[in-house]
Amino acid sequence: MTQELEKNPREGLSRRAFVQSGAAVAAGLVLGFYLPGNKHRRAEAASASGASEERVNTWLRIATDGAITIYVARSEMGQGIFTAMPMVIAEELEADWSKMRVEPAPSGPEFNYSGRPFEVTGGSSSIRSNWEILQRIGATARLMLITAAARKWGVEPESCRAEQGAVFHAASKRKAGYGELAAAAAALPSDAIPKEPKLKARSEYKLIGKPTKRLDTPDKVAGKAVFGIDVSVPGMQYAAVRHAPVFGGECANFAALAKAMPEGTTLVKVPGGVAVVAASWWKAQKVASGLDAKWTKGATTGLSSAAIEKKLRAATGAKKLPVATSKGDPSKALRKAKVKLEAEYSTPYLAHTPMEPLNCTAHVKPEGIELWVGTQSHTLTKLVVSNHTKVPQEKIVVHTTYLGGGFGRRAESDMVLQAVEISKAVGKPVKLIWSREEDVQHDFYRPASLVKLKGGLDEKGLPVAFSATIACPSIFERWTLFGGLPKSGIDSAAVEGLADIKYDCPHQHVAYARADLGVPVGFWRSVGSSHNAFYLESFIDELAHAAKKDPYAFRRGLLEKSHPRFVKVLDTVARISNWKDPLPEGRHRGIAIAESFGSIVAEVAEVSVSAGGQPTVHKVYVAIDCGRYVNPDTIVAQMEGGVVYGLSAALNGEISLKDGRVEQSNFHDYPMLKPSEMPEIVVEIVDSGAAPGGVGEPGTPPIAPAVTNALFAATGKRIRSLPISKHSLAAQEDAKL
Amino acid sequence: MAKSLKVNGREVSIEAESDTPLLWVLREELGLTGAKFGCGKGLCGACTVHIDGVAVRSCLVPVSAVSGEVTTIEGLSPDNSHPVQQAWIEADAPQCGYCQPGQVMACAALLKAKANPTEEEISAAMTNLCRCGTYGRIRKAVQIAIKRNAKGGA
Ligand code: FES
Ligand code: FES
Repeated sequence: MTQELEKNPREGLSRRAFVQSGAAVAAGLVLGFYLPGNKHRRAEAASASGASEERVNTWLRIATDGAITIYVARSEMGQGIFTAMPMVIAEELEADWSKMRVEPAPSGPEFNYSGRPFEVTGGSSSIRSNWEILQRIGATARLMLITAAARKWGVEPESCRAEQGAVFHAASKRKAGYGELAAAAAALPSDAIPKEPKLKARSEYKLIGKPTKRLDTPDKVAGKAVFGIDVSVPGMQYAAVRHAPVFGGECANFAALAKAMPEGTTLVKVPGGVAVVAASWWKAQKVASGLDAKWTKGATTGLSSAAIEKKLRAATGAKKLPVATSKGDPSKALRKAKVKLEAEYSTPYLAHTPMEPLNCTAHVKPEGIELWVGTQSHTLTKLVVSNHTKVPQEKIVVHTTYLGGGFGRRAESDMVLQAVEISKAVGKPVKLIWSREEDVQHDFYRPASLVKLKGGLDEKGLPVAFSATIACPSIFERWTLFGGLPKSGIDSAAVEGLADIKYDCPHQHVAYARADLGVPVGFWRSVGSSHNAFYLESFIDELAHAAKKDPYAFRRGLLEKSHPRFVKVLDTVARISNWKDPLPEGRHRGIAIAESFGSIVAEVAEVSVSAGGQPTVHKVYVAIDCGRYVNPDTIVAQMEGGVVYGLSAALNGEISLKDGRVEQSNFHDYPMLKPSEMPEIVVEIVDSGAAPGGVGEPGTPPIAPAVTNALFAATGKRIRSLPISKHSLAAQEDAKL
Repeated sequence: MAKSLKVNGREVSIEAESDTPLLWVLREELGLTGAKFGCGKGLCGACTVHIDGVAVRSCLVPVSAVSGEVTTIEGLSPDNSHPVQQAWIEADAPQCGYCQPGQVMACAALLKAKANPTEEEISAAMTNLCRCGTYGRIRKAVQIAIKRNAKGGA
């Protein structure tokens, strides 16, 4: 329950005294504020000034003991947002960093939206969209604390200053900690709340830009951080799901199975399959996997990976495809080109496999629904559940836990709806956990795609024409909440990184062929750039080779005129990787650069290939320009993580279909990089001071082409489809493409 | 099946079907959720705990087969004071953090067996997977732990 004291809508800040059962909020200064979420992952954040009381979704609390807690309405999935967001606030607040705490924002009435329907932690957007408002919150709180101190001491606020969690008055040598001042600050009249707090200049930053330890590390190392799978609710039952093996199939013998369930277990029909409920998860899982279930046909019945490839290829040949980019006359330019190149590239479906298997705890009660889930969007979860159950959003409470990895998978709500159905059916709180097998076989996969590329060089070896036709299922088509597939017929997620190339080239044509294959697809770390950077950066390498130019110099020349930030990033990666120096015998390198989510990343991979054809990636050098940044240590960690995620996929990642079913099932056949395969990763941040870009995703796109370009340098074999493990790199054999 | 187990220095009695993996007994019966479920097939190590000081993947061990003393991350130290936990904090190793209790337990068992392990011994012991790609920092943390261990002795 909240009681409104006063608000300051112009600033998007509000104060409330609130007595709240769930969040155990003690007295002190509490500021509520609105962090705008991205309505669409492409949309820029709405301005902070549009905030209204109802939309308050994040809180800053200064307790009387000086502890400062930020309740963040964002999902911590490893990307460090629970540290970066408090850092920006603490900077302006002049807080003592050791006193800062962070907690997920509870989902109660005070966190409900009425205007904006939902926000998602995705698109690497949290810091990009919220930087300034976070600064203003910190600055406002600081000025209020200063005013409170000044009034107490009977001096002018201007004669006081704040530092390290305290206010000082130099002339009278007085000092008061924030904790002591919190109550007085909370009681200030509204005209004492600054309307336009002056924000620090970059040169005044003490915390932002310095490597800072994560606030969530101690709990994670102690095993105390609560992930969705760790939630415990009194009276809770456990559920295991068994999906129809073919996408879109249904259980054909549900009634017979339900009648014959072993004692203490219940069978429930859920979207996508059936679930077994029992007193322990092991029991539920054992019964679920042993069910003699019969399944109906589905959307992918009979489909195989070979057929998918054929369909994608055929789709690129269709007449009248929607055009994403059109510049000059590439057909004519190609006819006149001195050198012409044509190539077909493709990449497979990929699963996300976050380390924490999917799960959700749901309690459907007569008075409403309570959910505990590690989701990338608690607001979207609420909306989807409300649409599905017709229970109004005000009666749905979502407790967001830590996420054991998200990568886009936890932007989906399939496991949430299943948990809701199960709890409703058994009338008890239920924790649903998917086995790893169900996770691998029932994902919303990174779409498979295939692209036909053409390029032409003039007599100087410069590109004159570039054309690409990409066949790829649409992700946005299903996301009607994000507006679905636009009228243009172009799915921005399918063409990003291909339709907006930065290299100088006067004649360009990029077309999109939407392929509908029945396999569920979704956002996978770096989305379309995860495949398009591989296509473009490999093909540019082919062009460089055809032009007999060094791949770094070739790229640099094509960016020099109009893209200074790209050049700086390329030069940086060339410098840190000692690009100009020869490598030891047997080592080879490749380079790639890609922009995604507002950040530019270039990578150099150093590889060797054994006599038997086994590739090893020894080192990866990363240069990133993500504009203004908060915590450099997080950026380095995200680059390491992004490289490893992309490397796992490039080397071995493939989800294949046979008879309409996914063939892989666990980490033995859908492997991630092992500790022994970890390359040394060197990261340098290019400090451009530009608008902040994302860091969670941009490390991923360049790694696949950096590695395959290096393998080309090593073996002369051009790898045009992933994963690399499907190609023979042994010296004697010809590459099987 | 009723059985008594020694977990984190305490004698506890549990009631579970005999083939239930130790992991699920720890998590659901005893509320010790530090050991995580990742694959259920012995492939990832998220479920690593100690039995008599040796690292085991608890998703593969039926509870009926457990005879030694079990230590989980909760029993490693009450306050992150174990040198391995200290090292992990110093290296700021975790990202999502889900695999990290298992990683810490794998390292703690290694250092218990070998105060000064060789590179090969480290590689052989530190095989747990991490989807977030924190291997570089884990490597660093292991080195810090070896040093701290030598100094403080645990
Ligand atoms: S859960 Fe035990 S090894 Fe993966
Ligand atoms: S830190 Fe996320 S899986 Fe290792």
